[in-house]
Formats: sequence, structure tokens, C-alpha cells
Amino acid sequence: MSTWATIELLATQKTDNTWGFTVTTLTPEQRAQYWRRNRNLMIKLMMIWFLVSFVFGILLVDQLNMLRIGGYKLGFWFAQQGSIFVFIGLIFYYVSAMRRLDKEFGLDTE
Amino acid sequence: MDLTQITYLVVGCSFALYIGIAIWARAESTKEFYVAGGGVNPVANGMATAADWMSAASFISMAGLIGMSYNGYGGSVFLMGWTGGYVILAMLVAPYLRKYGKFTVPEFIGDRYYSDAARVVAVLCLVLCSVTYVIGQMKGIGVAFSRFLETDYETGLYTGMVIVFFYAVLGGMKGITYTQIAQYVVLITAYTVPAIFISFQLTGHPIPQLGLGATLQGSEVYLLDKLDQILVDTGFKDYTTTVRYSTLNMVAFTASLMIGTAGLPHVIIRFFTVPKASDARRSAGWALIFIAILYTTAPAVAAMARLNIMQTIEPSPGAHMTIADRPAWFENWERTGLLGIEDKNGDGKLQYLADAERNELVVLDNDILVLANPEIARLPNWVIALVAAGGLAAALSTAAGLLLAISSAVSHDLLKGTFMPSISERGELNASRGAMALAVFGAGYLGLNPPGFAAGTVALAFGLAASSIFPALVMGIFSTRITREGAIAGMLCGLSLTLFYVFQHKGVMFVADWRFLTHWGERWFFGIEPNAFGCVGAALNFLVAIAVSKVTREPPAPIRRLVEEIRLP
Repeated sequence: MSTWATIELLATQKTDNTWGFTVTTLTPEQRAQYWRRNRNLMIKLMMIWFLVSFVFGILLVDQLNMLRIGGYKLGFWFAQQGSIFVFIGLIFYYVSAMRRLDKEFGLDTE
Repeated sequence: MDLTQITYLVVGCSFALYIGIAIWARAESTKEFYVAGGGVNPVANGMATAADWMSAASFISMAGLIGMSYNGYGGSVFLMGWTGGYVILAMLVAPYLRKYGKFTVPEFIGDRYYSDAARVVAVLCLVLCSVTYVIGQMKGIGVAFSRFLETDYETGLYTGMVIVFFYAVLGGMKGITYTQIAQYVVLITAYTVPAIFISFQLTGHPIPQLGLGATLQGSEVYLLDKLDQILVDTGFKDYTTTVRYSTLNMVAFTASLMIGTAGLPHVIIRFFTVPKASDARRSAGWALIFIAILYTTAPAVAAMARLNIMQTIEPSPGAHMTIADRPAWFENWERTGLLGIEDKNGDGKLQYLADAERNELVVLDNDILVLANPEIARLPNWVIALVAAGGLAAALSTAAGLLLAISSAVSHDLLKGTFMPSISERGELNASRGAMALAVFGAGYLGLNPPGFAAGTVALAFGLAASSIFPALVMGIFSTRITREGAIAGMLCGLSLTLFYVFQHKGVMFVADWRFLTHWGERWFFGIEPNAFGCVGAALNFLVAIAVSKVTREPPAPIRRLVEEIRLP
């Protein structure tokens, strides 16, 4: 059976478990709120992501290069070292913030 | 024991380990074959992802690209691009696809866009980018064998194929996962040990990331300042500030590598192996830590090895190395054709200059920086043997991941999903093994008869992943309004535009004679080079998909439910 036919069939069956995974019991408002908060968090973190790589590492590199840490010019350091460390920090911050959010909405399955 | 014997021993031990793991980790079901049973610990998966991700190109070529072709700062595009993609992966892609919980990337695209056609287009994009990528790995295996083990290229390639065949066909994703963990340990040791030695010799700091910003041993001069000065004195460009073509080109290049990373199917499917969506996020973080160990060491290797080479040739300003007294490693690598000298002015000394007319170091391959690094720094033989095993581990682990992505697309998406839906579980498992065996032979064939375009292939794979798969995934998750017509049109337009630009510059299928429209000039699109073009293809993909979706019928209600559901963990 094609995917499309499966979808039509399942849609008519009005089951809550169309896609084969456990469906959460959140109300539509809660879902919207959860998604909004996740999205706002992502936007903030992606701004930092953009700042340390594209802005510090490329666009403002000449200005930052006037400052130094040890033998590194600062802009060069961001481009070849610093941005990567910040990326790691961003992912782990996101992991822990999402864990808190999941707990708040009773979604953590641990 | 001489060097070749030690190398055989070290490489042989690493291969025995991979085969042992293959026998232990056999796949018994399609779930084990495609996603290693779905129960892999997130940290272990992070390590496997790092090995899957870091290819022969990362291990052997990247430091050389940064240190030489891209002249230092210009090479930052690889460092930021190939790590920043993991932030996108962790936030925008991996957790949602894990929640969706099936086996392949085209399967998600087919379901989300309620269309077998979309699924087949996704398979096409996947196969195009994975096959171009795997050719580079097969070449890497052959080259590593022929350089370190003194076998010929073909023997090396066959040996590599047998090893991959063994654990990929038997174990599928399960076997690949556990061998990749072992391969990560081998490759990261092989990369960092010489780097620690060389950093300590030059600066007294054992940590290369600190050594790169430190002063040279026994002097007040910073290593990077010294390198800048030597390069400028010999007519080269400044190491720490030279931009690759233009600032816009650097931005586009970095962006293309980032979104290409987040759209590469063989990386995405690694996140299907962890238990939950939250584990996929955590696993991406760990993967980036394991990757960053190599990626923050690489710029140090690049600068230090470049400085070492410059200073070997010209120990103090004006005093050049006598050609007759050149070190043994110099002659060794001349034999492989990676180094070549020509005493143009007949003074018996070697001058290495930016000016091509007077430069006497006529061949200096990028790969030398990593391959000859231990010899340049006069490290013991076992370190050189380790570098050989590390290069092979990097190539084998990436090749296996790519082959799984290809074979699961064939057996799961084409056979089971589209053309033979009634196939049984056991039948599909056999089909997936068969598809894997075919993929191994196909890749081996292409490695033996490289279609003349092997050099440019890895960059092309990123362009294709960025312009075709990534936008379809992100729009599928973040919008409920994108329709099947929109997604298919977007993928095809993004893919075509990227192929058009790359082939126009480099020739159709990279055959130089098959360039076209050359009177448009090089890099005519705002000075962006072909390798950096993926983000432009991606932008077109987004625009076309949104525009077409506006004029086509809304996706059916169950699709909205699917999207809402995958957004929750």
C-alpha cells in the first residue's frame, strides 16, 4: 500500500495513534506553548551561533584582530578555536534547558 | 623491527579488532540492521558519529588545506563549517527525526510529504551525495595502504573492501556502530599524539590548542607572529588574516558546509540509533565534543607543520638548506610524488618562495602536513605506524556509514517502501545485506576506476546535501503548510542549480573538457566559488518550495498531526 493510501485509511479510522508512537496527553494550548518556548530558545541560541562564527569569525574579524589573547589575534582565535568551544556550550545548554522544559510539561519519560 | 613491519603490526591489530567486533555484533533483525536496535547509549553514539563524520579528508587533508591551500585564516571555513553544523543538527533536525522513529531519511520525507514520488526524489539526492562521498573514502583507503604499507593501490583497496564487507554486511548499523567506536579511539590517538609532540617541541606546551597561541621555545616571539613573518618574507601571504577570495565567499562557504553537515543522511541516521529524542540532542553534543578534539587540534597541526617545513628549508633568513644534505623524510616523500624539488638556479640549495618562477620546491602536496608530520618532528616509528592506522580508521568508518545510508535507501525505501511492499522482515533483512554487498562492490569499482573527478567529490556531496535534503527536512518539521508539490519542486530546483554551477565551473561529471558557458567567467555569482555554492541552492530550494506550496492544495489533516507529534519529545 502506498504511503498516501495508508494516510487516507488511517485518517478515516480516527485513531489517535496514526503514526505509531505514543501520543502525549497535552491540550492544544499546551502543545502550542511548548513549541513556542522551544522555538524562542532555539532563536536565542542560533543568534549566539551566528554571532561567534559569522560575525566574530568572519565579518568583524579585522576589528577583533586588533585585540589579542596570547599569540592569538582574537578574530583568528574565534574562527579557528573559540567558535567551536561555544558551539559545544550551546548544544549542552539546549540539552539541559529542554530537559527542564520537558519536565515542566510532564514529558520526560525517565 | 623496521618501520614497515611495525606499521603492518599496528594496522593488522586494528583490523583484527574490527573483525572481532563484526563477529560479536551480528544483526538479527531489520531494526538491528538499520538502527542498531535503537538502544545505543548517547555518549557511545556520539563517539560513533564522530568517526562516521571524520573522513579521510578530515584526517589526512584538512590540516594541509588550512595550512597551505587556504593559507591559514582562509581555512577557518572548514573548522567553523564542519562543527557549526552540529548545532543545527542538534536543534533543528536530529531530535524530531528521532521522535518520528523510523529507519531512513527518505522515509521521513515520503511520509511528511505524503508522496512516494517525494520519497524517490529523496533517495536520488541521498544516493548522489553518498556515492560521491564514498569514492573519496575508497581512494583514501587505497592511498593510505600504498603509502604506508608499500602495497600497490589495488591491493590496498581490496583489503579495505574485505574489512568493510565483513562488518557492514554481517552487522549492518549494529556492527558499524561498535566498529566506529573502536575506530574513533584509533584515529583520535593517531591524530593527537604527533600533535602533542610537535607542540611540545616548538613551544613547550603539550596541549596544541595552547601551543598555537604561545611563544616559541626559548624565545619571546609568538609562534603565529613568526609564521606570519616567515611567510611574508618569502613572498607568501600573511597566515592569520588572508581571506579566501572575499568575505562574502567565506560566509557562503561556511554556511554551505554547516547546512550540508546537517543534511547528510549518513550523519542523520546515526541519531536514529539512540533511545529517545532527548538522547538525540545529547548525543549531538557528545559527537561535537569528540569531533572538536580533532578540529581544534587541526589548526595547530597546520600552523606548526607549515612552520617546521619553512624552517627546515630556510633555518635562518638567507641560509637555505643544501639539497644534498636534505633529511631522509624529504627523499622518502619525493618518491611518492608528494614532494618535488628542482634546483632552478643551480646553487645546490633549496629556495621555497611564493614566486613560481624562482620557487624550487615545485611539488608540495597538502597531505604532506599530516602524513610527514611525525617524521618532520623526528618522532619514533610507532607514531608513524599509528598515523597509518588512524588514516585507515577514518576512511573505513566513514565509508561504512555511507554504505549503510545507501543500502538502506535501496532496500528499505525503494524495495520495501515503493516497489515490493509485501516483502517479509526476513526477506528485507536479506535484501538489505544484498544491497550492502552491492554497494561495497560498487564503491570498490569506483575507487579502482575513479571517474576522474574524485578530487572534487566530497565538496560536491556537501553542496548536494545542503541544497536538496536539508531544506526539505527543516521545512517538513517547522512548517505544516509545505505541500508535496512544493517539497519536490524545491528539492529538484536546489539540486539542479547546485549541479549546474559546479559542473559549469569544473565540467560535467568533473571532466574538465565538459565545462560550459565559460564566457560567464569564474565565480560569476557574487564571487562565490563552486564549493561554497550549496547555501545558494538551499535558498532557492526554500523559495521554490514556499512559493509552490502557496498555490497547491494544503497538506491533509493527518500530516498536521504528524508534524505536531514529532515536535514533542
